[in-house]
Order: sequence, then structure tokens, then C-alpha cells
Amino acid sequence: MNSFKDSKEVVLFYAFVVLFVLASIFPLLWVFKMSIVTKSELFASPPTIVPETPTGASYSTIFGDSRFQKGLINSTIIAGTTTILCLFFGSIAAYALARLRFRFKSSVMTLILAISFFPHVAIIAPLFLQFREIGLIDTYWAMIIPDTVFALPLTTWILHAFFKELPKDLEDAAKVDGATTIQAFRMVILPLAAPGVFTAAILTFIYAWNEFLIANTFAFDENTQPVTVVIPNFATIYTVDYGAQAAAAVVVTVPLVILVLVFQRRIISGLTAGAVKG
Amino acid sequence: MTAPRQRKERSPFKEESVNPERRAAYYMILPALLIILVVALYPVAYSVYLSFFGSTINSVGSFVGFENYARMFANQEFIEGLTNTLVFTVVSVLLEFVIGLAIALAVNRAFRGRGLVRAAVLVPWAFPTVISAVMWRLMLQDQVGIINYVANALGVISGPILSDRTLLMIAAILIDVWKTTPFMALLLLAGLQTIPEDLYEAARIDGANAVQRFTRITLPLLKPAILVAVLFRTLDAWRVYDLFWAMSNRELESLSTFVYKAVRVSQLNFPVGNAAAVFVFFTALLIAIFFIKVLGMQTSTED
Repeated sequence: MNSFKDSKEVVLFYAFVVLFVLASIFPLLWVFKMSIVTKSELFASPPTIVPETPTGASYSTIFGDSRFQKGLINSTIIAGTTTILCLFFGSIAAYALARLRFRFKSSVMTLILAISFFPHVAIIAPLFLQFREIGLIDTYWAMIIPDTVFALPLTTWILHAFFKELPKDLEDAAKVDGATTIQAFRMVILPLAAPGVFTAAILTFIYAWNEFLIANTFAFDENTQPVTVVIPNFATIYTVDYGAQAAAAVVVTVPLVILVLVFQRRIISGLTAGAVKG
Repeated sequence: MTAPRQRKERSPFKEESVNPERRAAYYMILPALLIILVVALYPVAYSVYLSFFGSTINSVGSFVGFENYARMFANQEFIEGLTNTLVFTVVSVLLEFVIGLAIALAVNRAFRGRGLVRAAVLVPWAFPTVISAVMWRLMLQDQVGIINYVANALGVISGPILSDRTLLMIAAILIDVWKTTPFMALLLLAGLQTIPEDLYEAARIDGANAVQRFTRITLPLLKPAILVAVLFRTLDAWRVYDLFWAMSNRELESLSTFVYKAVRVSQLNFPVGNAAAVFVFFTALLIAIFFIKVLGMQTSTED
């Protein structure tokens, strides 16, 4: 870590920090502003910086749109189910990788991590044919199944890092008391790793909520489309209603931003858990 | 007589069946491996198989050898997608690395407002890519877009940004830099914080200047973190889809948009699109192998 040499450096440093923070959040602030002004102010040239005539009209428009409501519900169902499945598959795999001794361990680890580098587009063609054959197109499962596989490395990786941190004595004590490996995992390790499980859940949920390619391929029916697919289509539905498009983008983003701000410490420790060890 | 023979027969499996910990481990790994096999690896193999047949979206068709690949390389849109993806990947990852490293070095100190910076880092990262594409499109728009307005006022552009493919490409790169540089900085910062302060002290005492300390200590010790972060970003950029699709309203072609169109938009092109999917997979694999073998990225996660 560096320390400041003089007050000039302090000023420069904070100028840099302010610029960085502004650059990060400017688009969200500006689009929020676009979402709360009247149509005439939106089209004003030069544009206003501070909204002069705040209105909730754009929000009424999108919340009155059943496609948008349905999209929010669909996103919640898809991301929620994906998170639960990933936590199930990920936690048992991560436990074995972190605490148990078995052959081919590093090959298994490499394979799971390789999936996070996997170009998703490489399998949409064959999956489309297979899903059509078994009738999964336009169902939630057509998105949940691929999302679960692609989010699995993230979940496993974070849980692996957390499980590794816990003292080994705990399971040993449980085993001395006659618990099997699975019981030791379920009754001793899982409750202790609850913060890790929670972090993994947040990150997996964000991943699944943000997914677009798979959903855009397998959900052409508005009844199952998540909100990430619905919103870009608003550009063709609300052709000139830019305020409504802005409001929709804000509604989908703000919950994530709040989630991230509240849990920032956990999220950062989860995200950097693996990368540091390299 | 019978007892030793029995033991001999069982011996190959003895170790496995006797050790309950190892058996439990296999049971715990199996479900994850199975879904990866069925949902990711099998489809890739099937895709490779299909690429040698004159398939349509409805039937496998007859064996055609490498014809699909030949048609793919002769396809103007594919070449455009390949070029765009190459330019996008190289330029955006390079910018993200340089700016991300600068930010990481700058904030690698104790200061008031660390929490604020950390929060600001995470805001663009948490955005769904496709939604940030929609947001930036609104700001680039020629009637209500602030960026188009400012660029016009400054005389930087002559026409609307959204109807010029070169400007769209530049915009796509800058949006990607905006969205992922903070994340790159975060990974590099985590790496920086593992470098012991003593090393810099010792180097300072030995008379090393700031540049020498950076090139002899920081860079070599940060190499593992750099390689992981850059490989991760490179492969992410290589499969770019959401950003191009939503920001340019399907105008900008990338490798992924080309495959997507063949699967869902113009299905007559299915065999060529499928060949392109195989191409994306193997080029991504080659990039990963390059990082691991040539650049010496560590893949072992064991202690």
C-alpha cells in the first residue's frame, strides 16, 4: 500500500476518485432523469440537467404493461430456481473438492472452471434441436437448465473458498461422534458456511437475472420471457416513448444496485476468492 | 483355500469400496459432472458432428465433409462478425487492462471513502449487460441522447451515432470498457494486496526507483492475477452478443450474433451457423490453451 506524500497528491487523488465514481454511476443517474421528465422536456434541446417537471408517467406506462409485469415475474422464477439448483449441485461438489480426498480432484476442478469460460453460443444450435424434440422451447426449464450449468462454476468456486476456510477439527469431531461424511457436511459445515452460501446465492441470482442469450434463444413466447428479453423489445413497441424505455431499464437495474450496495463486502470477497490464489 | 482367492478377486476395488470418504466424494461430485456432461459437453460434440452434414433445422441430412466450413469462410456476414469480434476483443481488453491496472495501483492504499469506490466499482458490474446496452442506446440516440447532443455540439460527429457502424463499434468498445474495467481493477487490486510490503521496503533500501519497483516486483508478482483477469475478459469479449444485439439494434455483427441468427432468425443458414458455433468453441479453447501453455498461467488450485 502507498501513502500520500503531500497535500497536492491528496487533492489529485480525490479528484481521480470522484471522477471514477461519477463515471461509474452517471449512466444510471442520467437514464433515471430521462425516466422522470415529461415528453417535451425529454426532447428539449439543449437538454436540461436537473429535471424541471418530474412525473411518474413513464413508470405508470410500463407498470401498466402486462408484458413488463410478466417479465419481472418470469425473471424471478428463472433466477430463483437457477439459484436453488446451483446451490444444491454446487455445495455438494464444492464440499467434496474442498474437504475430501479423492482421485482426479484437480481434473474435476479444472473441468468445472472451464465451463465458466465456455462460449454459450457454441451450444445454442444443438440445444435448440434437443429442446424442441423434448418440448422444452418456451418453457422456464429451457432457460433454467443451461443457466444452472453455466452459473455452476461461480457457485462452486465461491463455496469451495468458504468451505476451505472452516477448521477441519469440526468434521473430525462429528465423525468421532459417529457421523458419516454426508452427515458431517449437512449438520456441521453447511450451517457454519451460511455466509458463504448466502454470498454464492446473491452472485448466482444476479448472474441468472442478467442472462440474455439463452433466454433470447429459447423463449419466444411472452408468457415465459424474462425481463432482459422484454426490455430490448420495448424499443420496437414504444418506438418514440424513450421515457418508458428508460423507466423499464431503471426498474430492472435498481434492485440489483441496492443488493450490491448492501452486500458489497460479501460480494467482493466472493468475487476475488479464487482470483487471488490464481 | 477359498478365503485368499476371494480377497484376491476383490483387490482391484478394495481401496475404493473400503474408503467411505472417497466414495462419498464421488457421490457428491457426480451430479455436477452429469449435468455439465449432458448440457454442455454433449451438445458441443453433437454440434461438431452436425457440422459435417448438410443439416437443416429439421433434419441431419447427408455427409458433406468440410463444405459447411468452406461456406462459412465464404460468407460475407461471417467475415464481418469475425473481424468485429477480433477488433472488439483486442481493443476493449487492452483498454480495460491498462485502465484497470492504473485504477488498482491508485486505490491500493488506505483512504477515506474506500467503501464508496468499492460500491461504484460494483454498480456497472451488476447491470445486466443487455440493460446497460439499452441505457447507452438511449443516451446515444439522436433525438433525446445526451452523448449524441454533446458530440454534435462539439462537432465530433457529422451524423447520428446510431446510424454509423464505425461509431457504433467505438461506442460498443467504450461501453464495454465502462462496464468491465472496474471489475478488472477489482481483480488486480486483490492481487496487489497479496504482495508483501517488505519487498518494496527492501527494494527502496537497495536504491530501486518507482519504475524499477513496478517492473521488477509488482508486474512479476501480479502476473498470476493479470493472466486470470485478462483471460477471463478475453473469452468474455470473444463471445460478445448482448451488447451488440441490444445497443446497435442488431446492426453490429459478431461471431455470436451470426450463430444466433442462423438458429433463430434465418434458419436456412443453420448448417453454416452451426459450423460457426463450432468455430467459436475451438477458437475460445485455443485462446485458453495459449494463456495456459504459452503465457504460463497457473491452473492448479491445489495448495
